[in-house]
Amino acid sequence: MRDREERTRSGPPEGSPTTSGFNRRDFLKGSGAAAAATALVTATETVTAQDVKSNVRSAEPQKVTLNVNGEDHTLEIEPRVTLLDALRNDLSLTGCKDVDERDAAGADTVIIDGKAVLAGSRLAIECEGQKIRTVESLVADGNIDPVVASFVKHDAQQCGFCTPGFVMAMRAFVDKNPKASDEEIREGLGGNICRCGTYDGIMKCALELTGGA
Amino acid sequence: MRNFEYARPETEAEAVELLGEHDGNTAVLAGGTDLLNLMKAELVAPQRVVDIKHVDSLHSVTADDDGVQIGSLVTLDEMQSEPLLAGYQSLQDVIRGVRSIQIRQMGTIGGDLCHMPNCWYFRNGNGLLGLEDGKSVVAGGDNRYHAILGNRGPAKFVSASRFAPAMMAWGAKVRVIGPKPHHEQWIDLDSFYRTPKTDRQGVTLLKPGQLLTHIRLPSASRLLSASYEVLELEGLDWPLAAASAMLNVVDGVVRNARVVMGHVAPTPWESREAAAAIIGRPVTEATAESAGEAAIAAATPLSENRYKVRVARTAVKRAILAAAESARPENRREV
Repeated sequence: MRDREERTRSGPPEGSPTTSGFNRRDFLKGSGAAAAATALVTATETVTAQDVKSNVRSAEPQKVTLNVNGEDHTLEIEPRVTLLDALRNDLSLTGCKDVDERDAAGADTVIIDGKAVLAGSRLAIECEGQKIRTVESLVADGNIDPVVASFVKHDAQQCGFCTPGFVMAMRAFVDKNPKASDEEIREGLGGNICRCGTYDGIMKCALELTGGA
Repeated sequence: MRNFEYARPETEAEAVELLGEHDGNTAVLAGGTDLLNLMKAELVAPQRVVDIKHVDSLHSVTADDDGVQIGSLVTLDEMQSEPLLAGYQSLQDVIRGVRSIQIRQMGTIGGDLCHMPNCWYFRNGNGLLGLEDGKSVVAGGDNRYHAILGNRGPAKFVSASRFAPAMMAWGAKVRVIGPKPHHEQWIDLDSFYRTPKTDRQGVTLLKPGQLLTHIRLPSASRLLSASYEVLELEGLDWPLAAASAMLNVVDGVVRNARVVMGHVAPTPWESREAAAAIIGRPVTEATAESAGEAAIAAATPLSENRYKVRVARTAVKRAILAAAESARPENRREV
């Protein structure tokens, strides 16, 4: 076991994008923020067209306040915008992945008021007044969530595309079932698909977190 | 996704009023696991989406002397940890088969009962009947997951609800409100589903402006139940076929039974033949097997789904055996 720990990756190798001072993600974040700012300017003109009937919001862009990772953000978005699109396109939180339109892979999992939710199957406007947690919250302020640490320790990722959703699903699952059995883990975490097949490492994480190994 | 108005009622009356406008071209949004996919594929394009999650009366599970009443917004996760539902083994079996914490925590019981079919012809825009130029593309197409019973008419899809078989075996009733204000009715779940004959009909009796609000089940005391779903994948998947059994066993002999199959017909499919095969006999491997045989005796498989006949037979047999086994405390979590 000791050997295994020494061989697991504790961080990216030198010279990789995250240590070079400039990386693709920051670049995308920057351009995303610019796009969001443009949307804010153009959308203000349409607010007057809002349906005044109580409890009904018109199809025009609406002011929607989302509480994400403890901070309020007010967006101007149409009711049809999914939480997934709002997080990625308007808030530049790209940990949440857009994998398939039928929303069957779990890569867009976030935690809303303590429950695991597929962000692609939820409207952003539905989430007003709720507390949304994305994977970005699990490494905030230098604190690494035990689920993330366990994924690193057990090398439970390869291409990484499914990883953020898997991590969030496991966070929600462990919160709900802190002492889950092997079988309960398999039953509860079947909604996340990993094309690379890292299930063995992920199972080890789950067992470690629930005290099973 | 087409654009729409978003409405957020806080009472049942308000929900009915909001659903009735726009000539009923409105959609009920609960957990969203089905509706959002239908809207993204533009299979439905409502002018207004009515998010009912803020109607408090739809969230509770209550019990009285006659049984339990479940609000349509109760999630699968809440049903799993609800002490009032612990005795309904067949419901708990189905929850455990929904192998995704996301679907369990988002998905609601009302949403499951009203889930649209997963038929890939429907999902790809050929309508519920799977038509192209007015002719069925299902009968001669890839119908491996389609109906083996009740499929002689134009509808070949299978009902998608996973809980309806168990609910029907328990003799559930559902409360439907609307389309007129303060209009409510209790309907036997048996008669809630229908097999559409035209592309314009739906899979339930619900009309525009109506809302399913509650489900009632009789008391679970001294009755045995179990569900058995045959899943193709280890992860999140829809059953190939499923069965739910409810048994009243007295002195080792089945006095009364109901057997309802899922994913074999355009509606949940009650098999009175299977029940008749087991009533008056003890539950054994042999009697359960004969009930399974009776359940599929009238099957009319399509070109690619003959295998489902055996799968359905086995599901019936195993649901009956599991229901009988569930009487033993050490087996309550076994299927």
